[in-house]
Amino acid sequence: MQALYAQLLVGLINGSFYALLSLGLAVIFGMLNIINFAHGAVYMMGAFAAYFLLNLGGINYWWALLLAPIIVGIFGMILERTMLQWLTGLDHLYGLLLTFGIALIVQGVFQNYFGSSGLPYAIPDQLKGGMNLGFMFLPVYRGWVVIFSLVVCIATWFLIEKTRLGAYLRAATENPTLVRAFGVNVPRMITLTYGLGVGLAALAGVLSAPINQVRPLMGADLIIVVFAVVVIGGMGSIMGSIITGFALGVIEGMTKYFYPEASNTVVFVLMVLVLLVKPTGLTGRAA
Amino acid sequence: MVETATAQAPAKTASGGNILQVRNLEAWYGESHILHGINFDVNAGEVVTLLGRNGAGKTTTLKSIMGIIGKRTGSVKFNNQDIIRTTSDKIARMGIAFCPEERGIFSSLDVRENLMLPPVVRPGGLPLEQIFDLFPNLKERLNSQGTKLSGGEQQMLAIARILRTGANFLMLDEPTEGLAPVIIQQIGHTIARLKKEGFTILLVEQNFRFASTVADRYYVVEHGKIIDGFSNAELAANMDKLHTYLGV
Ligand SMILES: Nc1ncnc2c1ncn2[C@@H]1O[C@H](COP(=O)(O)OP(=O)(O)O)[C@@H](O)[C@H]1O
Ligand SMILES: [Mg+2]
Repeated sequence: MQALYAQLLVGLINGSFYALLSLGLAVIFGMLNIINFAHGAVYMMGAFAAYFLLNLGGINYWWALLLAPIIVGIFGMILERTMLQWLTGLDHLYGLLLTFGIALIVQGVFQNYFGSSGLPYAIPDQLKGGMNLGFMFLPVYRGWVVIFSLVVCIATWFLIEKTRLGAYLRAATENPTLVRAFGVNVPRMITLTYGLGVGLAALAGVLSAPINQVRPLMGADLIIVVFAVVVIGGMGSIMGSIITGFALGVIEGMTKYFYPEASNTVVFVLMVLVLLVKPTGLTGRAA
Repeated sequence: MVETATAQAPAKTASGGNILQVRNLEAWYGESHILHGINFDVNAGEVVTLLGRNGAGKTTTLKSIMGIIGKRTGSVKFNNQDIIRTTSDKIARMGIAFCPEERGIFSSLDVRENLMLPPVVRPGGLPLEQIFDLFPNLKERLNSQGTKLSGGEQQMLAIARILRTGANFLMLDEPTEGLAPVIIQQIGHTIARLKKEGFTILLVEQNFRFASTVADRYYVVEHGKIIDGFSNAELAANMDKLHTYLGV
């Protein structure tokens, strides 16, 4: 039983990263119509930003949670202003190729300086240790990652679905020309949206640093699964990508317990099944 | 048919000075050249109607003024400021509001969000009570999804949301298209009341029977040009010509 709960926890943690990353992908896709293949690279940059902040600036984990997404978000907004914006109106394929190229360059640069091995990032003192829950031993940091990710996901959902700013965002996803003709600076909104999506990925990177170490290819490995999650969930719905993210993490964890041989492939098997039955994804709309 | 822009513009009505001046406006959709030199004026406080057959270029004219046609040349002066190179968000903030032909109600927004979407661009917009007074149906449906409304209600919503913003120059593209007579009547009353409130309105209509109940002046658009213009008082005298122009 202990092992089952342990796998459940691992699943929830992976699910947290899937949710944060696929949420950002969905937000970016809605506004920019771009499938952001640079998402894994910016996730990695988030972890590296936390690493540099700590080791070069003496800035701790808590500040990194705030600053790393902002720094990487600004990097993303510069990418959007200088490159992505010129793809407006072109086929998805161009955005895919450009962001994929950006990912390769960014990962290549980091690999050049840091190789492929992991750099350590310590769990902050306040989150060290564990709790005995009776039925299982819960490392505090892991519990924190799950809860904090959930809070961030819900906050993002609230921002998009329940606020005035979110109404601009949803409206501009449907008809950017008309929203702009109402007096909203849509190009600036698009830039900020890309910054938000990228910032969420960077935040996931910071959260993962103490668990998975900091590696140039950490995002490249993860993003393949995240794209499968996105295909399963569909790009259409914010809540859909959050739920799908957590659910697939848990399913993966459970598979590791019940049938470990399939744990690396279960998400892809589900992806194929969903594609066969509902090609737009479970909550998706046609792109 | 008259030759020059000035000759096309009938004598000014009793209302205020020139608010919109369009000169030699040309517009393109990609390679296709749609407007070939549009000339007309709108004076403050007027309701001016663009008439013309389907495909004549009426919608394109409104969109060009709003700044949402990619390629456009000539001059569009709003309150004496040339806006031909201005982006649409800035044009909106100068006080022009647009109600598109396809209505543009957002399906991912409920009625309240649709209504509150356009930002206030200047003081003096209609307060919500007054908007609900004009369109009582909307108040009942605030929590419905925008596109769940009937066609008539969607049209009311599309007009209502631009009345809040404080823009006092409204461009309404075929607001009566496809609607039942009672709703057309309600929209007619609304336009009359907005005129009384001091709004200036540029209307596009195919239904000139409806237009004649609200318009001060008319321009006829054909093949991307203004080919005629007359005031409401001259309407009866121009009826035969008008039937030929519109093919009705
Ligand atoms: N998005 C577009 N792309 C290409 N041509 C268009 C587009 N919209 C309209 N047109 C063409 O421009 C001409 C004028 O259209 P429009 O301004 O909508 O006419 P109206 O509103 O008077 O019915 C028509 O011939 C129409 O086919
Ligand atoms: Mg039209």
